[in-house]
Amino acid sequence: MFNTGPCQETRCEMLKKIREYNFAIIELALYLDTHPEDQKALCLHKEYTKCYKDLTDKYQKVYGPLTINFPCNRWRWLEEPWPWERSDL
Amino acid sequence: MWTYDKKLEYPINIKCKNPRLAKFIISQYGGPDGELAASLRYLSQRFGMPDQKSKAILNDIGTEELAHLEMVGTIVHQLTDGVPAEELEKAGLGSYYTDHGVDIYPQSAAGTPFTAAYIACKGDPIANLQEDLAAEQKARATYEKLIDLCKDEPDVIDPLRFLREREVVHFQRFGEALNGVHEKLAQKKFYMNSPCNCGRGSTN
Repeated sequence: MFNTGPCQETRCEMLKKIREYNFAIIELALYLDTHPEDQKALCLHKEYTKCYKDLTDKYQKVYGPLTINFPCNRWRWLEEPWPWERSDL
Repeated sequence: MWTYDKKLEYPINIKCKNPRLAKFIISQYGGPDGELAASLRYLSQRFGMPDQKSKAILNDIGTEELAHLEMVGTIVHQLTDGVPAEELEKAGLGSYYTDHGVDIYPQSAAGTPFTAAYIACKGDPIANLQEDLAAEQKARATYEKLIDLCKDEPDVIDPLRFLREREVVHFQRFGEALNGVHEKLAQKKFYMNSPCNCGRGSTN
């Protein structure tokens, strides 16, 4: 599920992986809220947040921002489709 | 404070319009056990929680529910966008179309507009968390009914299944938070019915 492939990844595949890491982080965060002493969960959270950051940085440089916290040379926030619009992303 | 992520929590790509299903699914947007009610319920209740775990879990589940609100809105939008008025009327959405076109309006399947009466903030952490446990079960049951109604529509069933599963996880986490609150309230010198303590984190 979390294997990183070659650099030839398509946009769709990258976004799928971003979603997977994001989901794992959400799930671990909820678990850690009620099990803050669980070291195994904490380790996984650390691992996935790093993967998430690295992959979103890489994605946003090519395909535009996923949040308004990403710096752009032009306002690319308007250029990409919104999540509710039907697309293969 | 929140930051918007320009992606869905789970992908939705519905190829066939189906206003009949949209009429039912809108209930999980603005109905009694819908995602809007869930999010507001948890994000409002978090202020009165007596321990760190329950504040965190209400904050973080309340936040995830906003992502689910967006998912349900997306399903309804993709099922109805561009559907002619005549077809909307045949699907039982004539009244909806009259007042809202194909905008996404928070209402129940029966057409009742969203109301804050769907949420409870009782000033009592035990009552609030019990309410939340029930809310998660009611939302799970609603998603199961919707899945029954969406037979032969895999593009719709897939995200509904995801949303149903999240209700199960949230129920588990709220149960754990409730245990923590019980322990906190059992501590010496905490009087549940004392007006100065009730619903507040005023003990150490």
